Amino acid sequence: MECVRIIPRLDIKGPNLVKGIHLEGLRVLGKPEEFARFYYENGADELMFQDVVASLFERNSLDDIIEKIASEIFIPLTVGGGLRSIEDINRVLRAGADKVAVNTAAIKRPEFISEAADKFGSSTIVVAIEAIKESSGKYLAYTDNGRDYTGVDVFEWAQKVVELGAGEIIITSVDREGTGEGFDIDLIKKISESVSVPVIAHGGAGNQEHILNLIKLAQPHSVSLASIFHYQYVKENRTNAASEHEGNVEFLKSNRSFHKFETINIAELKEYLSENAITCRL
Amino acid sequence: MQTVTTLNSKMPRTLILDYNLGNLFSVKQACAHVGIPVEIGNSKEQIESASAIILPGVGAFPEAMKNLTELGIVNILTNEVNNGKPLFGVCLGMQLLFSSSEEFGFTKGLGLIDGTVEKFSIGNNDKKLTVPQINWNRIEGESFDNTPLDSVSQLDYMYFVHSYYVNASDSADVLTTTNYGGLNYCSTVNKNNIFATQYHPEKSGEKGLEIYKKWAEINNLIYS
Repeated sequence: MECVRIIPRLDIKGPNLVKGIHLEGLRVLGKPEEFARFYYENGADELMFQDVVASLFERNSLDDIIEKIASEIFIPLTVGGGLRSIEDINRVLRAGADKVAVNTAAIKRPEFISEAADKFGSSTIVVAIEAIKESSGKYLAYTDNGRDYTGVDVFEWAQKVVELGAGEIIITSVDREGTGEGFDIDLIKKISESVSVPVIAHGGAGNQEHILNLIKLAQPHSVSLASIFHYQYVKENRTNAASEHEGNVEFLKSNRSFHKFETINIAELKEYLSENAITCRL
Repeated sequence: MQTVTTLNSKMPRTLILDYNLGNLFSVKQACAHVGIPVEIGNSKEQIESASAIILPGVGAFPEAMKNLTELGIVNILTNEVNNGKPLFGVCLGMQLLFSSSEEFGFTKGLGLIDGTVEKFSIGNNDKKLTVPQINWNRIEGESFDNTPLDSVSQLDYMYFVHSYYVNASDSADVLTTTNYGGLNYCSTVNKNNIFATQYHPEKSGEKGLEIYKKWAEINNLIYS
């Protein structure tokens, strides 16, 4: 059986690792380098970094962080956030990324996907799809961390990005993201069944059962996880190492429990999945 | 200062061959991490004077051969390797060592190892098997003793990204195989001074770094 990859996702704002709910309301959790190091040693199969403000303010401070991380962490690194041109992708790859994730620029101009795939190879290009469920039951793709309405149907878009040369798809349920209420299994199952490229599921994990159920029912190739790992790390390593110059650090200082999350570390999660007949790299 | 210069001139120096394809950065980082002094380049002089050569590569076989040909370094590269210079091929850098590839039609390779490069043909029986394979997968072989895989265990996971695989003519050149979609294909070759991996050791965690380290130790490439 194929290995299911476990991919911690690190949302970056300026110098800090942040986490929000529904991709909004960002709270500062600490230094991304320290989380990345811990996840590498703890058995992450890959790391994903998302610059959560780059698309809004066209800022690209992530490069320095990636360059530092890539010199000491030897697993695949995917970087997304505000990548609008071939030159942007080139710059991130030179900083040490192995793959890039694009969303906004791809929806605005779908040919961007094929241009990037032609230049860097399909296996370098991940298309990020942020899905919000309408009251009608229809799923629409959003951009800029779930802020901007595009009117694009998620399933049609998924098919199209594969035709254009996307090597992987990361599908985020914005409705579930950061909530700990569980994945949107229907959404991920339908995407996973309809495309021929690996699908990374993201958004909603609150405990290990959610992850097991997702893998069994929706069969994504990989699972991207943030809160459930980040809050575990914060519990175990409670420091105030975050840069206080930027973002909301009150949450960290408040010492509040992350009550919706049965947090877990990567090694424990993989152990649990293996005991339940899911193949993982142990 | 004089002493330093003298030492430097005697330092082993590994050339990471830059032929304008693929990400050299991660290979360079991995070498730095395990203490292999490297330089990046593609001149005839660098190929001749290097203690060893790493041939990385991510991309398409025909474009890679075209680039090597345009740089005018195909003959000097094969001559140096045929004369015993250690060579480490990674991913596309491994495929290029073979006789030919069927990627986008027929393309002649460097011909340092007999065999062909073929595309994965995966049936529809398992929807989870994608081409390219982008995943961690296991390597296994008879014995890793005294090879760069000395510190690696049977069935250890390595990181793969590829749509094509090598079909080696001589099974003696095959150090490990990997199973994908029921196909057992060659994932590591080891032939005299040539060592090559289909996976990316520089992206395969600490086990992968051990491969670079062992290869360098076997070929006296670490400056101490």
